[in-house]
Amino acid sequence: MAITRREFLKLSALSTAVLMTAELGLDNSKAYAQAQKYRIKTAKKTPTLCPFCSAGCGMLAYTDTKTGELLYVVGDPDHPVNRGGACSKGASIYQIRNIAPGKPNPRRLTKPLYRAPGSKEFKEVTWEWAISEIAKRIKDTRDRTFIKEEDGITVMRTDHIACLGGAALDNEETYLLQKLMRGLGVVYIEHQARL
Amino acid sequence: MTNHWIDLKNTDCALIIGANPFENHPVSSKWLMEAKVKRGAKIISVDPRFTRTSSKADIYAPLRAGTDIAFIGGMINYILENELYDHEYVANYTNASFLVHDDYKFEDGLFSGYDPKERKYDFSTWEYKKNEKGEIEKDPTLKHPRTVFQLLKQHYSRYTIDKVCEITGTPKEIYLEVIKTFAETAKRGKSGTILYAMGGTQHSCGSQIVRSYAILQLLLGNMGVPGGGVNALRGESNVQGSTDFGLLNHIITGYISTPIAQPEHKDLKAYLEKETPKTGFWSNKPKFFISYLKAMYYDKATKDNEFGYQWLPKRHPKKNYTYIGLFENLAKGELEGMLLFGQNPIVGGPNSNREREALKNLKWMVAVDLWMTETMRFWTEEAGSNPAEVQTEVFVLPAAASFEKQGSISSSGRWIQWRWKAVEPLGEAKADLDIIHMLALELKKLYAQSQRPEDEPIKNLYWDYGTGNECDIDRVAREINGIDLTTGKQVENFLKLADDGSTLCGNWIYSGFYPEAGNLAQRREQDDPSGLGLYPKWTYAWPLNRRILYNRASADPTGKPWHPDKAVIWWDENQKKWVGHDVPDFKPTIGPDDPAFVNPFIMQTDGKGWLFAPQGKLKDGPFPEHYEPWESPVQNLLSPVQNNPVIKIWRPEEQSDAQNYPYVAITYRVSEHWQAGAMTRNLPWQAELVPEMFVEIGEELARELGVKSGDEVIVENKRGSIKVKAYVTKRMKPLMVNGIKRHQVGLPWHFGFQGLITGEIANKLTPYLGDANTMIPEYKGFLVNVRRAK
Ligand code: SF4
Repeated sequence: MAITRREFLKLSALSTAVLMTAELGLDNSKAYAQAQKYRIKTAKKTPTLCPFCSAGCGMLAYTDTKTGELLYVVGDPDHPVNRGGACSKGASIYQIRNIAPGKPNPRRLTKPLYRAPGSKEFKEVTWEWAISEIAKRIKDTRDRTFIKEEDGITVMRTDHIACLGGAALDNEETYLLQKLMRGLGVVYIEHQARL
Repeated sequence: MTNHWIDLKNTDCALIIGANPFENHPVSSKWLMEAKVKRGAKIISVDPRFTRTSSKADIYAPLRAGTDIAFIGGMINYILENELYDHEYVANYTNASFLVHDDYKFEDGLFSGYDPKERKYDFSTWEYKKNEKGEIEKDPTLKHPRTVFQLLKQHYSRYTIDKVCEITGTPKEIYLEVIKTFAETAKRGKSGTILYAMGGTQHSCGSQIVRSYAILQLLLGNMGVPGGGVNALRGESNVQGSTDFGLLNHIITGYISTPIAQPEHKDLKAYLEKETPKTGFWSNKPKFFISYLKAMYYDKATKDNEFGYQWLPKRHPKKNYTYIGLFENLAKGELEGMLLFGQNPIVGGPNSNREREALKNLKWMVAVDLWMTETMRFWTEEAGSNPAEVQTEVFVLPAAASFEKQGSISSSGRWIQWRWKAVEPLGEAKADLDIIHMLALELKKLYAQSQRPEDEPIKNLYWDYGTGNECDIDRVAREINGIDLTTGKQVENFLKLADDGSTLCGNWIYSGFYPEAGNLAQRREQDDPSGLGLYPKWTYAWPLNRRILYNRASADPTGKPWHPDKAVIWWDENQKKWVGHDVPDFKPTIGPDDPAFVNPFIMQTDGKGWLFAPQGKLKDGPFPEHYEPWESPVQNLLSPVQNNPVIKIWRPEEQSDAQNYPYVAITYRVSEHWQAGAMTRNLPWQAELVPEMFVEIGEELARELGVKSGDEVIVENKRGSIKVKAYVTKRMKPLMVNGIKRHQVGLPWHFGFQGLITGEIANKLTPYLGDANTMIPEYKGFLVNVRRAK
């Protein structure tokens, strides 16, 4: 299904309507039934959550059963927090992947890139190369700067590597990230929560 | 949040201060409006700017940015003077009756023990008075002049209505209406919530601002009840989780301190001795910490090697590892490498020009993101750099979107919710989990043959999530929950963790979300038997699936709910245990014959809510005190001490003065964009809705400057200068501060030079200065000048 600009506006107006009727404590089943009209019966739906604010609204991602491609993302009517509603950011999740049917968002990064010292540009590289080079940089810096002991106390750290970010990661990712960093002796671990 | 999103429907009054939830957490409006329509709840919006939240509020109270403690302090004073507080709650559930050390005092803007040279307090008098047996002396009548209660009263007696309004600029009638309306929530059966966000925390007194909310809520008996609480509305979808998981220099997972290179932490025994309180729930800390070490090093962690304690890095006792400290040390050339996971410092960090310069000292940078960000391109001419001179290697790794992978995130309400994978990642993008996993395997390979003792930590790091490029997320989730190593089974919850090495657990507060029964973050059951919106079988709330924290306080000292409408848990004399709608935030078998029966705040050593914060728990005082923001147009009217006396001032020469920079500025967010903007400025729909950077100024200031909406203006101070369009609105009005008219201006901070739509970076103007306790930068309440561009 093609979601045109007009249809998006219709959909987002509708999601506002869902939100508004719920706000007034009215029955929103009519709006919900209407919303169903826009959904393809054969599409597969997968429950997901909005990646924006911390309200944790439930979303349903609809994908084409044949191609597996994302068709649209709408508020999850079963989710107790938002009951199918979505704000403008939540209603635009689809565009994180596709700006229109068959048109991936051209601004998404899809390949590893590398910029050499003094260079004016990035060049595409392979994952294998990138991971292996990054691991070498980490090891080199770590090994040269590692402090084993300080005033008779074992300290096992490097003050020369920092790890920033994580507020948009999944819990499992934040867990492994802090595990790996602390395993390497990194202490400069900070993220958005400090800002 | 002590409570959760849906619980907003149970409130009788929402005091929204330092937050704009109708725009920045829009779904909150659904529940706040339901409270308004169904319960007749009142909404109060306190904000320098008339926001969309203000437009739905019953009362809108403007205030000057950074005067929140004066605002709340005046409320505390009025409530105490007029005896509007909940006496029974205060007397039983707080430390109001405790006597304070004879030498504790507050004089001329300073608490006892201040050392002006070190800009630090000696905390020895911020203590309770104890008898010979070492017990805290108390006066249950609260009349003794040295009780916390009387000292609190005395402290805030200076915060009179007139004085507060001179400081904050809030019109007096409106201020009084706010106080009287919110104080109504002290009545039985009524509850009031405080909602705050970065408007509360991004100040040099940010922690104390939040403390002042807590004091107010304790006085009104609003903690632990439905529709009550102190509720932080957090920014990113999983900033709750990333904090819970210790992506900060000072804590590991579950809010346990990272080891410091000091004698008190020299070995595991010393560390546990120092870090474990004798009483309160934290007395269980060794179980959580040792289970964490087992999760880090598994079978390599044994009793004989202190469970691998010496492999954990210990930070330097004197070094500042917080965000600003990190960038200051980077500017000095200390750091060589930086990994960034979805973070964009030169848009989102303070004093952006300095951060861009500091980044040039990196030898290498690794940035993982969905989009090309300004920080990845800090070396370009657009960023103001000369590429040829920047020697930094930059590796950019494309990350999968949230719906292109699976995993859990935790909302502000502490709900751990699972999201499933809907579609394969775009192009060659990969889930961050797989990226971290690949990197770990590669590094472990590089260290595999090493015999050096300093490589033991990484060699022995337990990493058993598969050998291919795909990380087995189920194993990760199980490890977070915790495993009983004697049976190999998932532990039921953190009450089953042990300190002898027989259990492992990645994050104790999450323990219970994945027991043998399965991954409870995936639950989608709709039942809400209490009608309070607790939805106990929808996903899982940490800790222990508890939906309302401190819920013991929803019942009176005899264990009966304060009011049937707001019943959460209660003592059942027949069953001899606590029962009810929610999981008790209390040991369920503690009954009336136990003195701990009236200690609802189990995380505190004394079980009481703290009106007075002893022992330097906050570095800048046992009571919140108003100081002016670092950059302020006025003198502090409450004391001769102008600024928070213990904040670290990194760059004194960058302090902008009121003569040259007369306007108070705040940064803020718009509903259509998100944080540093990459996630929304690259979406055509969102870009079209708010396409341009602007400075919001009031009509009166616009007239004074001869500026119309759409005109280009320069906004500048000692740190930077940006050229943006003026957006003239009725939403910013001048305030009368100590008899003088003061203007405030607002800047959205979502823009940068990279993306589908671009704009000037607001953070070029924000100061390198943070809160005394957390080091969160003072993004709200700094000074600027605004002038016509031509
Ligand atoms: S849809 Fe809007 S309110 Fe809901 S989580 Fe997303 S950003 Fe927040």
